[in-house]
Amino acid sequence: MTEPTLFDISQPGKRCTRMPAADVPAPALVDVVPAEHLRAEPPALPEVTEPEIARHYARLAAQNFDVDRHFYPLGSCTMKYNPKVHEAIAAAAGWARLHPATPAEHVRGALRLIRDVEGWLAEILGMAAVSLQPPAGAAGEFTCLRIFRAWHDARGDTGRTRVIVPDTAHGTNPASVARCGWTVTVLESGPDGRVSTGTLAEALGDDVAAMMLTNPNTLGLFETNVLEIAAMVHDAGALMYCDGANLNALLGRARPGDMGFDAVQVNLHKTFATPHGGGGPGAGPVGVTAALEPFLPIPRVVERDGALAWDHDRPASIGKVQAWFGNFLVAVRAWAYIRANGADGLRRVTEDAVLAANYVRAALEGAFDLPYDGACMHECVLSAKTPTQETGVRAAEIAKALLDHDIHPPTMYFPLIVDEALMIEPTETESKRVLDRFIAVMLEIARAAREQPEALHDAPTRTPVRRVDEVTAARQPFLRWRPE
Amino acid sequence: MAYVPHSDRDRAEMLAALGLESIEELFATIPASLGATATPVLPEPLSEMELLAEADRLAAENRCLDELVCFAGGGIYDRFIPAIVTSVISRPEFVTPYTPYQPEASQGTLQAMFEYQTMVCELTGMDVANASLYDGATALAEAVLMATGATGRHRALLSGALPPAARAATRTACEAGGVEVVDVPWDDETGRTDLDRLAEMLGGDVACVALGQPNGFGVIEEMSAAARLVHDAGALLIAMVEPISLGVLAPPGKCGADIVVGEGQPLGLPPGFGGPLLGLFACREEFLRQMPGRMVGRTVDAEGATAYCLTLQTREQHIRRGRATSNICTNESLCALAAAVYLAALGPQGLREVATLSVHKAHYLRDLLAEAGVAQRFNEPFLSEFVVRVDGPAEEAVADLCAQGYLVGPALGRDYPELEDCLLLAATERRTRAQIEGLAAAMGR
Repeated sequence: MTEPTLFDISQPGKRCTRMPAADVPAPALVDVVPAEHLRAEPPALPEVTEPEIARHYARLAAQNFDVDRHFYPLGSCTMKYNPKVHEAIAAAAGWARLHPATPAEHVRGALRLIRDVEGWLAEILGMAAVSLQPPAGAAGEFTCLRIFRAWHDARGDTGRTRVIVPDTAHGTNPASVARCGWTVTVLESGPDGRVSTGTLAEALGDDVAAMMLTNPNTLGLFETNVLEIAAMVHDAGALMYCDGANLNALLGRARPGDMGFDAVQVNLHKTFATPHGGGGPGAGPVGVTAALEPFLPIPRVVERDGALAWDHDRPASIGKVQAWFGNFLVAVRAWAYIRANGADGLRRVTEDAVLAANYVRAALEGAFDLPYDGACMHECVLSAKTPTQETGVRAAEIAKALLDHDIHPPTMYFPLIVDEALMIEPTETESKRVLDRFIAVMLEIARAAREQPEALHDAPTRTPVRRVDEVTAARQPFLRWRPE
Repeated sequence: MAYVPHSDRDRAEMLAALGLESIEELFATIPASLGATATPVLPEPLSEMELLAEADRLAAENRCLDELVCFAGGGIYDRFIPAIVTSVISRPEFVTPYTPYQPEASQGTLQAMFEYQTMVCELTGMDVANASLYDGATALAEAVLMATGATGRHRALLSGALPPAARAATRTACEAGGVEVVDVPWDDETGRTDLDRLAEMLGGDVACVALGQPNGFGVIEEMSAAARLVHDAGALLIAMVEPISLGVLAPPGKCGADIVVGEGQPLGLPPGFGGPLLGLFACREEFLRQMPGRMVGRTVDAEGATAYCLTLQTREQHIRRGRATSNICTNESLCALAAAVYLAALGPQGLREVATLSVHKAHYLRDLLAEAGVAQRFNEPFLSEFVVRVDGPAEEAVADLCAQGYLVGPALGRDYPELEDCLLLAATERRTRAQIEGLAAAMGR
């Protein structure tokens, strides 16, 4: 089953792509570039032919789970179906072969698309302005905090150093806070899995710069007191950031801007159905209130003399968070998604996503623990605590057992406040038939855990490789191919 | 409603299973006041046929590189992409998965990234590479942050001849966290970083110095000489490279660089109006545990067979949270895959041919322009990109040439007021003799 690397099959002299002969004068390179700057030996790249490359990657592709073939209920990642028409549009030369240095008057369609997507996201989020520049969710999160810092600094309010982050937050939240030169104050969730206004009041102070809140939170629960929370944070002179990772729960139902958030980041690769690419490229646009708009990254698309143009002259801007205008071809796909759905379609997306999560929750809450009672939003967090105590089978083993049923595991051990957490986000694009099969498989695994737990310790057995030894990988890092 | 598979009967059965009358009951935790204003004003939905027509209508307002002959540079180049690259990166098995956290379900992506890391090491002459970052500009920012962490110093010197966007992104990423970012002047005649000034600026508080190779003016820097100065001061040297040039240029690892970053777009990615791109990132082994981003390692499975997984995750934010090496938790995996396929397709010989052809075409253009009275701005060696001086503001020259079907630039005046009459020109392997002669005639005086 092991596929050799391209380096293993490389042979001197083999090649795939050839270049034509020069049609201009072609002096020896050393006559143009001093020898001291030239490389003595060519890089040891693989020497292989096109059929070998095609076969290699086809065989590697077959070793991946993917959304086209597999149910992929990875919580907080929104692994929904990626429409094929998105790929067709984004591949068109009129988008893919645009050079970003082209003068604005020759790329009006691209500027219009950016302007439209920014405007539609502003509508969906209830924010005054949106920037598409952050290339990923964590970049969007940092962009929002960096804007907050610039806003406080511009007011001469430089004594604020703390950011309040609930214990249910995504791991990137504290890492982004550190980048702004601030420190995190962790806020313990209340018994209902939500922020308690009493605990928040104790944490607030005139040294607090911001609060970061994910809504719905990572337990899949809507922060019902969000309006009160926002008012308290604002009264303390701090700003409210919304981690928009869970926007799939809110389309047409509630807008972060209306909840009192000053800035929000969204993931086009989650809610807006652009592909995850095996870990990128995604895109992490940010939306802000009117007061924060001057701080958005440059350049901005503006209307000037009746035409769209770039505006680089924005003295309050935080600068740049990507080399050009963000992951534009990802925005092209999101443009297509919003255009294909319209407001009613997006509302239906959220309704079906929430319905699916609750359908799965209700069917599984007997066999697993439900740490927080009641309806969830677009994802549900179960706990394998009882099966673990009774049988020794842990969440990770349940996850690996799912692989043998051709199902991608849920997010495990997150949020951190739930023991043996299994965070399940079915999304709206899985049919009832798929959900029913998933439920049946989960119940079967729960039964197997009680009846023959040792079988689960060996899972997975049907995947291209068996359980991978991640401990050895970390102890003896082997990060590049070398000749044997 | 375009992509949801439920029938009304499915929905009714699911609601019934939950004992609910209406979907509204599932949204009871959202305050009613929020629901009242939540419907966005959006255009009416389109069928797929209408959607494609609308996309075409908008795209028709753009002039892409099939319509403009591209001599533009500045980090994004019009290079040939072999069909095998597009074919591989279009496979849904690579396009649609998430980050390979479950190694048993992700060996394809993981092995491809392991091979990519090896190729980046080979190109740059470095010991280790990560599985990519967002783009060259943010990769430079990450390198600076990593250098400050590794040295415990808080001053970063960036050559003023580095691409302006990379310097801007580095400022935005670093300054709020307490890193002082300072530009090093460049020499007005050579376009190189002024190493005499650099020597004066170096001190015990300097964490790192970053240089382009070639730099943002296309000029080849004296990397080895810079490395000696930088290391004497106890600082780290960051090289920002253009990857195609590494087909012929000495790898930074041989010239004393400690960290190498670069914009990987030329390795099989379309210009894409500036994104998505590919941040190349590699370093010396001693800094492995300070490296940002994803890394794939080779290991074994329970039966001893070769297997791959994400590794050294204790550096990362989901474990170390506020003390993580970086807030980055993704890479540009599909773009890195494109680069790996591209480099495999070209191989060492093909990469050398692409780099050499580009050098010849750019030098032919430079020579024709010189004959036509358009002078090169700097007098040091270059590869395939260079700066010329035009009559009057370069922005206007860019607009005039665009009207004639040639894309040149970027004009440099916005970032360098003293170069207001200057612009970048780049030639790739795709440019023909006729196109080069055409541009020279159009620009000649």
